[in-house]
Amino acid sequence: MFHRESGVLKTTYEADMALYPLPIARWTVGALAVLFFGVLPLALDQYYLSLANLVWIAVIGALGLNILVGYTGQVSIGHGAFMSVGAYTAANLAIRLGSPWPVNLVAGGLMAALVGAVVGIPSVRIKGLYLAIATLAGQLIIEWTINHVTFISGGVQASIDVPRPRLGPLVLSSQRQMYFFLLVFVVLAIVGTLNLVRSRVGRAFIAIRDQDIAAEIIGIDIFRYKLLAFAISSFYAGVTGVLYTYYLGIANYEQFQIGVSIDYLAMIIIGGLGSVLGSIFGAIFVTLLPIGIRYAMEAFGGLFFAPQTVLNLIPNLRLMMFGALIIFFLIVEPEGLNRLWRNIRNYFRIWPFAY
Amino acid sequence: MPEELGFFFLLLSNGVLYGLMYALIALGFVLVYKATDAVNFAQGEFVMIAGLVVALALGAAGAPLWVAIVLGLASMIAFGFALERVVLRKLIGRPVIAVVMATIGLASILRGVGPTFFGAGTKSLPLPISDEPFVIGPLFLPPIQLLGAAVSIVFIAGFGGFFLWSRKGIAMRAVADNQQVAMAMGINVERYFGLAWAMTGIVSALGGVIWGNLVGVDVNLSLVGFKVFPVVILGGLDSIPGAVVGGLIVGIVENIAAGYLDPYVGGGTKDFAPYVLMIVALMVRPYGIFGKKIIERI
Repeated sequence: MFHRESGVLKTTYEADMALYPLPIARWTVGALAVLFFGVLPLALDQYYLSLANLVWIAVIGALGLNILVGYTGQVSIGHGAFMSVGAYTAANLAIRLGSPWPVNLVAGGLMAALVGAVVGIPSVRIKGLYLAIATLAGQLIIEWTINHVTFISGGVQASIDVPRPRLGPLVLSSQRQMYFFLLVFVVLAIVGTLNLVRSRVGRAFIAIRDQDIAAEIIGIDIFRYKLLAFAISSFYAGVTGVLYTYYLGIANYEQFQIGVSIDYLAMIIIGGLGSVLGSIFGAIFVTLLPIGIRYAMEAFGGLFFAPQTVLNLIPNLRLMMFGALIIFFLIVEPEGLNRLWRNIRNYFRIWPFAY
Repeated sequence: MPEELGFFFLLLSNGVLYGLMYALIALGFVLVYKATDAVNFAQGEFVMIAGLVVALALGAAGAPLWVAIVLGLASMIAFGFALERVVLRKLIGRPVIAVVMATIGLASILRGVGPTFFGAGTKSLPLPISDEPFVIGPLFLPPIQLLGAAVSIVFIAGFGGFFLWSRKGIAMRAVADNQQVAMAMGINVERYFGLAWAMTGIVSALGGVIWGNLVGVDVNLSLVGFKVFPVVILGGLDSIPGAVVGGLIVGIVENIAAGYLDPYVGGGTKDFAPYVLMIVALMVRPYGIFGKKIIERI
């Protein structure tokens, strides 16, 4: 990740697809592990840990959405709803059966995968814009169903309290404990995605993205693989929903409305479509953007506006910045933050020479 | 007439009027898609901004109605041209997701701009027509809805005629059919893209006046945009008559579904039924009733 190669010296496909292209990459990963598992959780206070936790949840969801949109080329505006499916499945299991969190996590993910695959069925016949609208319909229909079927939503408030996750005798309740809990799943999600996209399935996904009819002609069963992409991606979304529910201690459909689907799409567009690192950058960026705006407005907004105006301005400013950034990245840097990162790396690869 | 049947006809007439007003908003979507192959997920926000401009001109500036409407039309036309020039021209030839996300981003910006620059409160948009509905047997026909339906029919017919007979309309159809061939025939493709967005601006301004009067002008006015998708999918994305037929189907289905089902499921059927219908339509006939079938070649 941070190393400088002296050239492309790969002679086999295995070398080209290896997770660690050079021995030094292992040291980089080791250093990052020490940073995130050791240094950060001890150095940060409660508030910053809570931000880190929100980022970790977003990273998992963004990775999942990127498998579908970035690698398979199928649009989904329904991921917020898939998250809610996972969240309510886990919450209902936890309340009605009292099952432990690992069971709920897997069940929530699988249920979301099932629902995602069903919503993805139209992708076999339609694509692009039509698929975007079909998944939008999926989002609205799932939202409506959860809100109106009291068996799922648990009453008028449509929210269910869930108990904190337990590890043996230990009840995970503080931000620091949740940090480690969530980080484990982030690592699993990253390793899982990296391995998925270099496998046979991942290559099939990429072939479908590049030209689905051509992919079908060379023998890829696009019905199966498109549904598989929807299912895997929705599984990630479901797990995200479950983790968010356990993090908040409550399942509430308002946390998973259409705006969330759009936030996650913005993450992978700003971060970089079809890139694991980009999903992570995008998740960090979009999660921290509103907080950055609030800090900036609280620090400097008072110079220009009355205090009440500043308070009113913050949510609207967030909407405007958010939209403007999406458009900016689409026009100026379609490959997102990941491309900017690569440009920086390429600059330093040959530094101090110009070429 | 038995009461049951009267209720049904009331729902039906309501559905027809609402359907025609949906068709007006959907027309904006169709015009852009037809000419430029771009999709506008910010259609509802267009309507909201137009409504805000007109309401502010009427209320705060105290302008006469016709000045306010002309101002609304002019600003939306300028906005349409500017948007095409600054954002969408740069996205020509990019994947669908790019245009979808760009217009979603635009929707987000407009939803922030509305309350910031026009004030957050709900504004009324008074029109000089009475609130008294015409009562014909079991039917209640509010004048504003009749006006909306009439405006919708007039403009849909107008744009239909424009595409059929005028020189610019024929050029626009050529652009929609094949951009490269149109360019080779000496048509300035980019100018017609701008024109299509400006036409969407006109339709949105009218929609903003009608819907703004009906439901009040604030951020929630943009929610009417969510009704556009079922309408255009049912009718066909690039068909003007499709917008009318789709609008009528959605209006009638949602009103009848709401009338008969709402008491049992606790409300919200109005927003739900059109999307269920749309999913069915996507499975059976994805290119809509009047849309052209896409044949893909490698």
